Amino acid sequence: MAGQASAQGAKRGFALPQVPKIAIYIVGFIPAVLLFYLGVTNQLGADPMRYLEQALGLWALRFLIATLTISPLRQIFNINLLRYRRAIGLLTFYYAALHLLTYLVLDQGLDFEAIWADIVKRPYITVGMATFLVLVPLAVTSNNVSIRRLGGQAWARLHRLVYFAAIGAAVHFLMVVKSWPPEPMVYAAIVTSLLGYRLVRSLIRKIVPKRRAA
Amino acid sequence: MLIRRPTDIPASEITPRELYLNRRQMMAGAAGLVLAAGSAKGIMAAPLSAAKSPLSATDEKLTSLEDVTHYNNYYEFGVDKTAPAAHAHTLKTSPWTVKVDGLVAKPAEYAVEDLIKNSALEERIYRMRCVEGWSMVIPWVGFPLADLIKRVEPQGSAKYVAFETVYRPPEMPGQQSAFPVLEWPYVEGLRLDEAMHPLTILAVGLYGETLPNQNGAPIRLVVPWKYGFKGIKSITRISFVEKQPATSWNLQAPDEYGFYANVNPDVDHPRWSQKTERRIGEGGLFVKRRPTLPFNGYGEQVAQLYSGMDLRKFY
Repeated sequence: MAGQASAQGAKRGFALPQVPKIAIYIVGFIPAVLLFYLGVTNQLGADPMRYLEQALGLWALRFLIATLTISPLRQIFNINLLRYRRAIGLLTFYYAALHLLTYLVLDQGLDFEAIWADIVKRPYITVGMATFLVLVPLAVTSNNVSIRRLGGQAWARLHRLVYFAAIGAAVHFLMVVKSWPPEPMVYAAIVTSLLGYRLVRSLIRKIVPKRRAA
Repeated sequence: MLIRRPTDIPASEITPRELYLNRRQMMAGAAGLVLAAGSAKGIMAAPLSAAKSPLSATDEKLTSLEDVTHYNNYYEFGVDKTAPAAHAHTLKTSPWTVKVDGLVAKPAEYAVEDLIKNSALEERIYRMRCVEGWSMVIPWVGFPLADLIKRVEPQGSAKYVAFETVYRPPEMPGQQSAFPVLEWPYVEGLRLDEAMHPLTILAVGLYGETLPNQNGAPIRLVVPWKYGFKGIKSITRISFVEKQPATSWNLQAPDEYGFYANVNPDVDHPRWSQKTERRIGEGGLFVKRRPTLPFNGYGEQVAQLYSGMDLRKFY
């Protein structure tokens, strides 16, 4: 399905100048490098560990959202960025992993007793960990070999897990803050509309069967 | 009967400006970074003279003025820790009066200048533990709340003290929000014996100068054995009441924030552990957590206030 969609998209996609995929990774890692640099040189404010931890998590959520905008962009605006989706999806995973590592190493100092207590007792940590675990199989199978081995359909079905990751990430952000400040609510609203769009679209398709492109 | 006390002209308006500034500069020279910090704060802080207090925590390294004034929770100015330093300058803190009313023999409305002038100011170096799991050591300047309480003579029926922050949406962007983070104005409360405790102070300054706006100018509560959110800022009203008053965070999430809010490593916040804390300014990115102490280390002085109480229930 992904392969098919990609071929289809390439045909009718809006002609954008193509950049090498490696450029996505290079640009994508700029925030992380900058954050670590500012952290090590003590320029992240009064609570640098917390700043780094939160910023990495936020970037993971941003890349996740970017991954989810590729399809609607193509379907609604005819802008085809499909060839960059894997890179953006993997950046989501790398940032989530850095966010988790910051929590484990810098925040908790690898105190596994405290970490385990957090996982079982704190719903927002439970949700965060579960979200990361959902991302793992997606990252591991984000390569052509996996698509071939699993078959396009099974691979696409597996990768629908990203919707659960998006919900998990948005909920994790909402739960970690005190009260209901605007920022996590804005992110939750974006995730809701991106998933809502897919739900509505699939419902419409069920009622009005899709006409296959010739 | 309400006795309205005349507002004194602040010292800054009597002293010729040149002299006043010179004096500040001299003090700044001695303190090194006071002037720089003053300009960083964007307001004219005035020096305060204060006696050292035996109640200060002297074995602790002070958190830097920069961190104390740029890492704040003051949701009336935004939810980010840096928002108060950026936005609090809009609050006009002069003239300022504090109304003291309720079950007292002598209700009054005090001008802050008078409170400062008529109180024996002390420097109190206290640990400050935030409910979010971080802490600071802050050299406050203030006077015991008990001094004010004695002045107004509470009646026998007064069991609690209720505090209220100023409500001025035009000067406090957080109060204008269509989706307020808390119900405004911010309210807090103490039991009368907690309010009378010698450790409980009304702070009017820190690091030897008047309070920066982001730290709760011109007058705020500091109760060092409780989580930081009990330390209500920019107080305009203090009322003596019979029943336990409502408190802002308790109204917002009663299962997360209790009325007492004593620092207690054995009672977790439902969403995070309170066993440890990070000391701001200590270790940078590689900060090590330190164990949180019962009553924030002030147990010897205050534990008896709660004898016989189940602190898991009264969190």
